[in-house]
Amino acid sequence: MPWKELTSKKRDEFEDILEERRLSSDLRYAMKCYTPVIYKGLSPCKPNAIKSAVLHSEQVQYVIKQLAKEMGESPDIIQEEATEILDEMGHRMQLGAVRFFAFTLSKIFKQLFQRVCVNEEGMQRLQHAIQEHPVVLLPSHRSYVDFLMLSYLLYTYDLALPVIAAGIDFLGMKIVGELLRRAGAFFMRRSFGGNKLYWAVFAEYVKTMLRSGYAPIEFFLEGTRSRTAKTLTPKFGLLSIVMEPFFKREVFDTYLVPISISYERILEESLYAYELLGVPKPKESTSGLLKARRILSDNFGTIHIYVGQPVSLRTLASGRINRCPYNLVPRHLPQKPSEDIQEFVSDVAYKMELLQIENMVLSPWVLVAAVLLQNLPAMEFELLIEKTLWLKGLTQTFGGFIEWPDNLCAKKAVLSGLTLHSNIAGLVDGHVVLNDKGVEDGAVGEIVFRHALAVLMCATYRNQLLNVFVRPALVAVALQMAPSFRKEEVYSCFNFLRDVFSNEFIFFPGISLKDFEEGCFLLTKCDAIQTSQQEIYPTDKGSGTVSFLSAMFRPFVEGYQLIFRYLSKEMKEAFTEKQFIPGVRNFVFQLLEKGSTQCYEALSSDMQKNALSALVQLGAVKKKKMPSGVTYSVNQEAVSKILDMFDARIPVQKPVAARL
Amino acid sequence: MAAAAGEAAGGGGGSPSSARRRLRIISGHLRGSPRAPGRGALSPSPCKAQGGSAGPASGSIPKKRQELLKWNGWGYNDSKFIFNKKGQAEFTGKRYRLGGMVLPTFKEWIEKTFGASLEHKTTSRASLNVNDVPPSIVNEEFLQDLRATKISYSQDAEDRVFRAHGHCLHEIFVLREGMFKRIPDIVVWPVCHEDVVKIVELACKHNLCIIPFGGGTSVSSALECPEEEKRTIVSLDTSQMNRILWIDEKNLTACVEAGIVGQDLEKQLAESGFCTGHEPDSMEFSSLGGWVATRASGMKKNIYGNIEDLVIHIKMVTPRGIVEKNCQVPRMSTGPDIHHFIMGSEGTLGVVTEVTIKIRPVPEYQKYGSVVFPNFERGVACLREVAKQRCAPASIRLVDNAQFQFGHALKPQVASIFTSFLDGLKKFYITKFKGFDPNILCVATLLFEGDREKVLQHEKQVYDIATKFGGLAAGEDNGQRGYMLTFVIAYLRDLGLDYYVIGESFETSVPWDRVLDLCRNVKERIVRECKEKGVQFAPLSTCRVTQTYDAGACVYFYFAFNYRGISDPIHVYEQIERAAREEILANGGSLSHHHGVGKLRKRWMKESISDVGLGMLRSVKEYVDPNNIFGNKNLL
Repeated sequence: MPWKELTSKKRDEFEDILEERRLSSDLRYAMKCYTPVIYKGLSPCKPNAIKSAVLHSEQVQYVIKQLAKEMGESPDIIQEEATEILDEMGHRMQLGAVRFFAFTLSKIFKQLFQRVCVNEEGMQRLQHAIQEHPVVLLPSHRSYVDFLMLSYLLYTYDLALPVIAAGIDFLGMKIVGELLRRAGAFFMRRSFGGNKLYWAVFAEYVKTMLRSGYAPIEFFLEGTRSRTAKTLTPKFGLLSIVMEPFFKREVFDTYLVPISISYERILEESLYAYELLGVPKPKESTSGLLKARRILSDNFGTIHIYVGQPVSLRTLASGRINRCPYNLVPRHLPQKPSEDIQEFVSDVAYKMELLQIENMVLSPWVLVAAVLLQNLPAMEFELLIEKTLWLKGLTQTFGGFIEWPDNLCAKKAVLSGLTLHSNIAGLVDGHVVLNDKGVEDGAVGEIVFRHALAVLMCATYRNQLLNVFVRPALVAVALQMAPSFRKEEVYSCFNFLRDVFSNEFIFFPGISLKDFEEGCFLLTKCDAIQTSQQEIYPTDKGSGTVSFLSAMFRPFVEGYQLIFRYLSKEMKEAFTEKQFIPGVRNFVFQLLEKGSTQCYEALSSDMQKNALSALVQLGAVKKKKMPSGVTYSVNQEAVSKILDMFDARIPVQKPVAARL
Repeated sequence: MAAAAGEAAGGGGGSPSSARRRLRIISGHLRGSPRAPGRGALSPSPCKAQGGSAGPASGSIPKKRQELLKWNGWGYNDSKFIFNKKGQAEFTGKRYRLGGMVLPTFKEWIEKTFGASLEHKTTSRASLNVNDVPPSIVNEEFLQDLRATKISYSQDAEDRVFRAHGHCLHEIFVLREGMFKRIPDIVVWPVCHEDVVKIVELACKHNLCIIPFGGGTSVSSALECPEEEKRTIVSLDTSQMNRILWIDEKNLTACVEAGIVGQDLEKQLAESGFCTGHEPDSMEFSSLGGWVATRASGMKKNIYGNIEDLVIHIKMVTPRGIVEKNCQVPRMSTGPDIHHFIMGSEGTLGVVTEVTIKIRPVPEYQKYGSVVFPNFERGVACLREVAKQRCAPASIRLVDNAQFQFGHALKPQVASIFTSFLDGLKKFYITKFKGFDPNILCVATLLFEGDREKVLQHEKQVYDIATKFGGLAAGEDNGQRGYMLTFVIAYLRDLGLDYYVIGESFETSVPWDRVLDLCRNVKERIVRECKEKGVQFAPLSTCRVTQTYDAGACVYFYFAFNYRGISDPIHVYEQIERAAREEILANGGSLSHHHGVGKLRKRWMKESISDVGLGMLRSVKEYVDPNNIFGNKNLL
């Protein structure tokens, strides 16, 4: 499955949309004649008409009748309930609200960002796509700015504004929630797995809008904002909803549009770091938002938005879907997707995320952060520049999309990065150091916390490289882990790592060997390794690259080991996630205080959760769903065995690799 | 169905005057051969062949088919579309209502729709080149045995080529520009059931392959000879078995030899005041046996039923012997109905020789009608409602906008200024006053049959329903033209072929709730595939809902495109047709409603009827015909 082109990708040019805004009146812009391009088959209708269509749809009516029968209630009561759900959920897109946002966001964005760069060709492709078939917009999710920015962008380019699946927590914000609703947001509860009525109403609401081509549908595959700037593994629920009309042939095709939004500096960066360290995220509230006003005086650099090539669902599905299940049951009956459909949905989700990653713009600062994190506590400025430049080349070899103007010299690039991120790092006596101010006179705990904060913030930027690097880097790590250079053994290690880190990084399901080959290919391309018939070994020239790559991923290798150790030693009884996170945090914290580890990133709750689910997937931890919640119990022996594999004390099980 | 039949039975059928009227109705669109059916065909008669050679052909279609029918196209030699000296389209001949008429807007339509131009012309070879025809290889011993039976036969190249094909696009293309790799080695003309028994016995004795041939109107590659067939291929032409053996007025049945073609059957029954009411679009040429072998469907099935509803008794000669039931009853519970092994067997099991079929008194009154709908969706909703209320007229069809415009292009020159003025007024009323978009609206055509009073009542009921769906009555004339089109549209392909336009129709059946999605998606798929396959001009991709049932509908697609600039148009055409079929199946449509499977659609059989289902059919074939005498390789 050639899902990724390795040879030089051609990418579009960027345009700064703020430039125009800085030159002309925002008010006139907000009041401009807005006649968006719409779907060719659209029969225009009002948001309320959609709600009523949903309520009276066969699908929802069927579930209402079912439930009425099951619960012995009158259908009217359940219908009433459905109406309430719809009212809670439904958007009320209004041009007035859109114009209000167009005006205020212009002001705010100009204040916050230097530039907002968009690939115009992508917008043109999107424009065609919107007219042709229903469109699903799948942006990456790093910040609340994402969906505001995207709607703003579509308004600017005179495209149909999307309806956006937003978390219901926004509704907790007075005024803002309603304002978002009028700008096209619809709200979904965080979990509604058990609630049949909610599921039916929600799914039908989304599908009705999709089928009629009412508006592009926008949601985040990652489900939530990634606090680490690393792409989160995809959620499948909404994706399978929007794919269903095509499976049932209610639409001819559906376009999925991956959109990569990258921030030179993420608005929420410090909030995220606190959150990862266990300081709870503030609830969304309007007053909180007002307090956040002070960030308006700050500079958040440039945003790059890359609108990817619309992907035809029909093309993806061609030859893959057994049509029988959909032909033998009336289409309005709720139907659990067959296994091959579920597998297909998952493949598509991963493919879309990989496309997001592929087109995600990387700023020079990302490179700086990656280099810096390997050279703490301080790094000579000149060396940093040199290494950054070297890493730029490597990143480009690996297919990373670096936005680095031709005329920009390395020194300037690094300096401007340091200026923009002065809260994270700074230049002291010709050396670059992390900015963990207030450390000197604090208690040990305070020092560790401060430093962890800085490391995690810095890691947020390095993390943007990881999914580009993960395949060659895991080969590099495997090379160091494996007892010999024999291909099978290196591959076994690679495969093991890929399994362990399957929640941490994005791998297309089931193509371990292909990933391995790609990793090897890229390492060969940059002269870091050589391969013979049986062996893979680092070249003399390439040892620097190999060790850089493995150092890049060391926080994960070490962090996972720490977390696994905690689980194998400390967790004798069944536990919940709520017990696990603080437990492991304390465990790591103590080790850091003692100085017996330097792995600050193991404090990240994100890594802790991922490590736990990795063990669940590997069968070393049992996950049980109880009425009170999910509990976990550790199979000590299995976890120790995995730990031993990490240490290469015992060989990892050999996967079958026929084509090696 | 039973209710409708009961009602019609009360009508005043059987009188000579109504028979004459019925005849006129049929000849209205058919205008049959001038020869009168010269034989008292209504008594059980012994085999014609007894005591001598085959009797004179009495049907509309002669033994030497090429004398009357085109050898490289559809239908009668004298009937075709041409562009006259003024560059206007014209339909020649006197057989059809359209005959001799000038169609002033047709040229523009063809240019606009296909980007075709009269300057770019291809020509078929003028006549069959006998030297290209594969030689006839027939074992002398068999010939001796055959001669002994006195059954008429021919090894003439033209006769053999004529029976080597149906009317699929690629078959016609081969006739025009190439030659079939394998054709029958010999044509035999049995004149009765006993002849067929003898032929099948000889075939078993000499290990030959028999391919039954009825009307030759197959559009599923069913008549194509398997290239790898090494045995002598005998084309068993049933056309001389064309007598009505008896008519049973008490039970309203008739026993008919299977080779009779539709128009002769109706003509001859009409002489006694009866009809079968089975009118597939190919009824001028297709045969009773062919209908049975392919599970045919007729335009007026709403009153008369499809072939499976009409058949009371079938006699079929197989290598195992003769298969038939022991009585002529409306229904029996004796295990799975053996008729259903025969119907749709597509010549793989044996030859159908005699069929007892239900007959009805010729209806007293017939009336066409039409309704314009603002769009296709409303039209389908109306048809669905009509089906729901079970008040469908004899025929009700809904054509989409493209087909409506196509029908419009076939409007003959109007005779007077007054009619043209009237037409203008109508158009004004519908588009301006009622706000119908001429590029979106669609038309349903209707045909009512029965006694006058009931027809009028029925008509009102249907029009009332149509009104609820925004329909406007659009006159008898439009309706009638719609049905006439059915018969002449097949001729159109030959004209298209002369101007780089190739096309074909295909059909499916689909549940009501999926009709709209299927129509839209299949049409779109065709347009897409054309673009992808490098077709330089937008194709004609159009459909109509042609039959309504309780649980669904039959949908018919026309698809044609201008292939200028494409080196292998037939291959491209077949790829697109295949994609369209995939699309149909993905949309919950069937592999075929009435065209059958043949060899064209075999690849989807397993998916269509499951592994076990296919195995069931195979085991029947193995038992009935273990040596694959009926080796046309259809279906399985």
